[in-house]
Amino acid sequence: MSIALVVFFLCALLAVGGAIALILSREPIHSALSLILVMVALAVLYLLLGAPFIAAVQIIVYAGAIMVLFVFVIMLLNMGVEERTDFSKIAKFVGVPAGLVLLLGIAHWVFHSSVGTAIANGAGSSNDAASTRDLSLQLFRQYAFPFEATSILILIAVLGALVLARKEE
Amino acid sequence: MSVVPISWYLVLSAILFGLGAVAVVFKRNIITIFMSIELMLNAVNLAFVAFARAHGQLDGLVFVFFVIVVAAAEAAVGLAIVIMLAQNRESLNVERVNLLKL
Repeated sequence: MSIALVVFFLCALLAVGGAIALILSREPIHSALSLILVMVALAVLYLLLGAPFIAAVQIIVYAGAIMVLFVFVIMLLNMGVEERTDFSKIAKFVGVPAGLVLLLGIAHWVFHSSVGTAIANGAGSSNDAASTRDLSLQLFRQYAFPFEATSILILIAVLGALVLARKEE
Repeated sequence: MSVVPISWYLVLSAILFGLGAVAVVFKRNIITIFMSIELMLNAVNLAFVAFARAHGQLDGLVFVFFVIVVAAAEAAVGLAIVIMLAQNRESLNVERVNLLKL
C-alpha cells in the first residue's frame, strides 16, 4: 500500500461523500459547501495525476471564484430550506434507473473495452509531471485562437449577466 | 506516482458523473441543480486529466482549462437567470417555473 494509493482512496472517498452530501442535504448552502469539498478533493487528485497547474486553477477558479458566486447568490436570495415536493413519477421510475444504468454502463465500458484495459495496463506512460511550461507553450501556440475566443465568450457572458440581473427601471 | 491505475480514476469520474445526473433529476431547487451540473463538469474534467496522463499528452489538460473557463461563464449567466427567476416567482422551486409547460 503506497502513499499514492492511500491519498487516492482518501480523496475518492471525500469526493464521493461530498457528492452524496450534495444530494441529501436540504439547505442549498450545505450543498454548496459539500461541492467545495468535492472540488478540493479533485484538486488533490489532479496533483496526484501530475497536473499541478490544473490543480491550482481548480482551487483558484472553481473552489474560489465560481463557488463564491454560488454562495453569494444563495445568501443574497435567502430562500431557506428546499421545498420537497413529492417526487414525480418520472423521477422515481425513470431517473434513478437511468442514473444507475449510466453509471454501470460507463464502469462496464472502462473495465471491459479494449480502450479501458489498454489504459489500465499502460498506466503512467510518462512518469514526470506535466510541466506548466509545456502546457503554456501548447496553450499559446497550438490553441492560441480558442484561447482568444474564450476571452470574447467571457465578455459576452459578463454582458449577459449584467443585462439579466439588472433591475428594470 | 503511477501506482494508481488510470481506470480507477475513470471509475471515480463515472461515479461522480452518475451522482450528478441523479441529483439533476431529483433536486427541486434550481441552484442545487446548477451545482449538480458543476459536479458533472468536474467529473468530466477528472476523466480528461486521467486520459491526458494515460497518453502522456497535454491536450487533455488544455481542454480542462477551457472547460473551466466555459463553466465560469456559464455560472455567471446562469446565476443571473436564477436571480431574475427568484424576483419574478418568489421561489427557487423548478416546478413553479412552468410557463412553457402544456
